[in-house]
Amino acid sequence: MTQVEGWSPGQALGGFARACRAAGLPVSADRERTFLQACAATGLGDRARVYWAGRATLTAGPADLEPYDRVFTGWFGGRPMQAVSRDEPPAPTAVQASLDEPSGEGEPGSEDDLVRVAASAQEVLRHRDIAGLAPADRAALRRQFGTLRLRHPTRPARRHTRSRRGEVDGRATVRAHLRNLGEPTRIRLRDKTIRRRRVILLVDVSGSMGSYADSLLRLAHTVVQESPHTTEVFSIGTRLTHLTRALRERDPDRALLAAGETVPDWSGGTRLGEAIDVFLRRWGRRGMARGAVVVVLSDGWERQSPELLGEQLRRLRSLAHRVIWANPHRGKEGYAPVQAGIVAVLPHVDDFVAGHSLAAFQEILDRVASA
Amino acid sequence: MPHPALASPDTLRDALAQTAYLADDGLATVTWLAHALQRPLLLEGEPGTGKTALAEAMAQLMGVPLIRLQCYEGIEASQALYDWDFPRQILHLRAVEALAGEAREGQVAELEAELFDERFLQARPVLQALREAPCVLLIDEIDRADDEFEAFLLEVLSTWSVSIPELGLVAASTPPFVVLTSNRTRELHDALKRRCLYHWIEHPGLDRELEIVHARLPEVQEELAREVVTLVQQLRADETMVKPPGVAETLDWARALTALGQSRLDPEVAAATMGAAVKYREDAERVRVALDRMLTR
Repeated sequence: MTQVEGWSPGQALGGFARACRAAGLPVSADRERTFLQACAATGLGDRARVYWAGRATLTAGPADLEPYDRVFTGWFGGRPMQAVSRDEPPAPTAVQASLDEPSGEGEPGSEDDLVRVAASAQEVLRHRDIAGLAPADRAALRRQFGTLRLRHPTRPARRHTRSRRGEVDGRATVRAHLRNLGEPTRIRLRDKTIRRRRVILLVDVSGSMGSYADSLLRLAHTVVQESPHTTEVFSIGTRLTHLTRALRERDPDRALLAAGETVPDWSGGTRLGEAIDVFLRRWGRRGMARGAVVVVLSDGWERQSPELLGEQLRRLRSLAHRVIWANPHRGKEGYAPVQAGIVAVLPHVDDFVAGHSLAAFQEILDRVASA
Repeated sequence: MPHPALASPDTLRDALAQTAYLADDGLATVTWLAHALQRPLLLEGEPGTGKTALAEAMAQLMGVPLIRLQCYEGIEASQALYDWDFPRQILHLRAVEALAGEAREGQVAELEAELFDERFLQARPVLQALREAPCVLLIDEIDRADDEFEAFLLEVLSTWSVSIPELGLVAASTPPFVVLTSNRTRELHDALKRRCLYHWIEHPGLDRELEIVHARLPEVQEELAREVVTLVQQLRADETMVKPPGVAETLDWARALTALGQSRLDPEVAAATMGAAVKYREDAERVRVALDRMLTR
């Protein structure tokens, strides 16, 4: 035990829990208390016991395990507990080929001057500074996004409520009979309720989409705020990042900041096929995409393999209720869907819409609502 | 009087092994903690890593019944808790009416007490578990249920009691040992996760998986077990698999091959029985390639 000599056990463990919180783990006060209880139950003599007690009480998902291990080793010293393979897919090796800027597409200032100039199209995994938005732009954006109207799509659920048609509601009928002293009365009926359908947004944050990524994430934030529990957001670029949690933050600017810190591949290259493949494997096929309305916000600028992308879209559509593809360039003069990536996905999407302006965003939301 | 197997994580691990469930130290420790702290145990992991099997093994070693609640989209509290047997209630009403002729004003309350009596109550898994404790309650695939259901469960798991309007409060004398499983099709609410002890189950390594096959299926030949497990491990390492096989699939496959009288992995038979381990057409091709590679060495 390196760092903790001369401390009381309570101090050492409490400090460890706080170190975990500082590393970004979801350590709340009651989690910390449970951790201390767990340590009291297992005893402190065995390093492994403390490790497992902490892992069971201070982590909430596979993504937390790596930081947890790091903090544990740093705090209590010694060798790392175990080098287990993680559920996270290994990071793809960097592609050396540079991404040509699509000429004449996504030029700054052409459509809306809120967006910032795209960064270089090198495959660089780096954090982008969303905090650098000019205050005036930020206020304008916020006002504009506030005007978007959003109705969440629905589906029939298995729950029932009283209704004028449907099936016999035994409980209500018995109750009504009772009120009439056992005399049969009208048969009460019940029908299925309506629930919100899951909406999944896959936002392309690669270099060719650089000038739109901010606005698209704000759009995603709007949808998440509307239905926090039935919306899921992922960024797709060179890898797949789950952004829902970051976007649940109410304040749009802070949410975008959190999202920006989550995404490792701002303005990198594009591997839509691989990213969607990972999405399907880790989330979609297990149930998330089943019966959902999936919106892909991307220009389809696939550098790797259009065939793979097409195949993934086919799989996605076989799960989803509806697949909507929004391409920012579609709204422009003289656009024709001739890029290999777009050609590959067109047979597998239900809707192919624009996504370059606020009006186009409204159209996307309307499509989602009517899905 | 706690069960002797639950004296410490190590005794629990050995007792689980007795039931042919091989838990590693981490899982044994967390399971023991869940029991010691009377907290639900939330297990996440790939399909086929033994999440459900752990609940079965725990019930077996504690010698208590296993009560299972399978979650699905749209599941309601009534399907998890209790329902009234309406057809029988109506029959009962008719019978009372036929016998008593005209019911009088004052009898409604009496009638109601008769109707909403234990006789007509149909207990569903959660209520059964509260009444029959000690027992093991398995809440399977909680991620498929809705938010409202999660909130309802959280309440039950925090108080170990549930209130039925017609009957009053049902509280568990000893809390049941609760195992929740999730395949991560969506993020569970943090409140529920905080209430539980969380454990992420990995696929086992080659040696452990081999031990599992021997423990579960002693009839499988050593050579065959080794070949099947080696092949499955290779498939799992293949990033492109649509659905990598879990331990459950390994066991199914080994069982199928043994049923056909195989003691070695024969390419023909392996290809014919592959459906036990891989369930997607795209994966079958990859298995064939892996088989060729393995058997031509």
